[in-house]
Amino acid sequence: MIIPYLIIMPLLAAFLITLISGKGDTWGVIFSILTEITLIILSVIGFILVLENPLVYNMSGWNIPYTITLVMDSFTGFMLVIVHVIALLALMYSVAYIRHLSKSWKYYALFMLLITGMDGVILTGDLFNLFVFMEIGLFAAYALVAYGNRPEEFEASFKYAVMGSISSTLILVGIGIVYSVTSTLNLAKISEVLATQPVHVVNWIGAIFLVGFGLKAAAMPFHAWLPDAHSSAPAPISSMLSGVLIKALGVYVLIRLIFNVFGFNAIFSRVFLGLGTLSIIAASLLAISQWDMKRLLAYSSVSQVGFILIALGIGTRMAIFGALFHLLNHAIFKGLLFLNAGTVEMCLGTRDLKKMGRLGKVLPITTGTSMIGTLAVSGLPPFNGFFSKLIIIIAAIEAGFFSTAGVAVVGSLLTLAYFMKFQRYGFFGDKVIEILDHKPGLGMQTAMVCLAVLCLVTSILVVPQVRELVMDPVINAVLNQAKYIELVLGR
Amino acid sequence: MILYLLCFILLLIGLYGVITKRDLIKIILSLAIMEYAANLFLVLFAYRKGGTYPILEEGREIAMMVDPLPQALVLTSIVIELGITAMLVALAVRLYQKYNTFDITKIRRLAG
Repeated sequence: MIIPYLIIMPLLAAFLITLISGKGDTWGVIFSILTEITLIILSVIGFILVLENPLVYNMSGWNIPYTITLVMDSFTGFMLVIVHVIALLALMYSVAYIRHLSKSWKYYALFMLLITGMDGVILTGDLFNLFVFMEIGLFAAYALVAYGNRPEEFEASFKYAVMGSISSTLILVGIGIVYSVTSTLNLAKISEVLATQPVHVVNWIGAIFLVGFGLKAAAMPFHAWLPDAHSSAPAPISSMLSGVLIKALGVYVLIRLIFNVFGFNAIFSRVFLGLGTLSIIAASLLAISQWDMKRLLAYSSVSQVGFILIALGIGTRMAIFGALFHLLNHAIFKGLLFLNAGTVEMCLGTRDLKKMGRLGKVLPITTGTSMIGTLAVSGLPPFNGFFSKLIIIIAAIEAGFFSTAGVAVVGSLLTLAYFMKFQRYGFFGDKVIEILDHKPGLGMQTAMVCLAVLCLVTSILVVPQVRELVMDPVINAVLNQAKYIELVLGR
Repeated sequence: MILYLLCFILLLIGLYGVITKRDLIKIILSLAIMEYAANLFLVLFAYRKGGTYPILEEGREIAMMVDPLPQALVLTSIVIELGITAMLVALAVRLYQKYNTFDITKIRRLAG
């Protein structure tokens, strides 16, 4: 049984780091890297295993109404692999980057708590347990955003914590209402009972959760905290938050609740399409006007989440494939771009695009990988972003959502526009820069190169044979509500 | 029904405070009010008119007991809220050290 270890190991590592470390960060680095390598192996093995047979684990051996269930189907495995790949590379990057800020083990302990929270949210099959793990993850995220000890980081962290608390309160009220309707907290049982309830009850409950988790996913009217938090955090944390946290806590939970528990219907579809359209267009326009490098990337995250949301709104099999594929791709290229921005910030001491110049000579690896990341996010072949956006647009046209397809095309063009600005001023400016404040470490460069390679390698998922092998079980897990109930309740 | 309504009004008071107040400490207090309202909601859902304590003894009916599960949930959520509130207060203290004010209109380095 590998499921509980995915939660126990990072939690144990967090507390061991706290206990064993003296003043320095040596034990923190050793423990967190070892844990993360083990977790990545476990999650890959788990993903391969659950492609055939999904696993269910009942905590402490009790049976369903009394226990907390951990469920691992192929969708869970898919998310876990994404989370741990990005986490390992971000951690590798952190070692050099964080030492230039401070030499403390606290960072690694908090990082492990963040992983615990995300793993828990992804694995759990119990609504209240999901809430608890979400809070563990968010708590670590608030602390990590403020880690750099500068005034604006505290400001961003406070804003993030207030918005996070409001959404958590709404989610708690939602959980209360679900419990009063269904008398159970197990997601599969809730799904079974809600199917017998009138549709307006389901829609109202769905509305509360859409607001709550929409805030976590930073869809457009709920996005206000994201540009501050993601641009102020240390670079590896930005890439964790933008790459996986908003997806694990926001998009993943929305997909699980709407598709597997509440049942997808026309109203949810329209809400997703509305939120997605607004996110794509408005966030892209805001991104164009930014001069802070990481802020531009943060707005870009809002707009890319919009692509995932419209694909979910379309709701056909192909669109779900597009959504999941784009989710994977966005985690990779946005993780890469935030790491690039962090390297530039560390080497030049500024995030202002106007103060940068030609970096090709002094930072060749950063310039090269950022070019790859830019091409991927703007949707140019043969990088992964091109294929996921193409699939979303084709799915929209196939399903008859022509205006949505138009929005996606316009969104892609706007993405290209603001990333042209990012490249032109950030890496290919007029002023030639020859002296750097710091040199990027080996770990930092390796992490960036790995992510850049992944940008190209994940394109392979569009090949039909690979897609059938890897993605089809994941899409089936998302779309097949009855199978999820059957799996957990064992009938 | 009136209880639920009052509880909902308490939630809205908290939300109003978070949105309109300018003082960091008042924002934290408003959040606390909101969270209390949410907890009260959960306890109210579990309550049954004339219900007794939920401990199984001989000669007592299960049907007359209040539901203990939401009470357990509320205990957990109170612990979580304690942590988050402590975090927010710590952030407010650090913000005061950096900016010398609790007024959020003066703490504005991030904009756009």
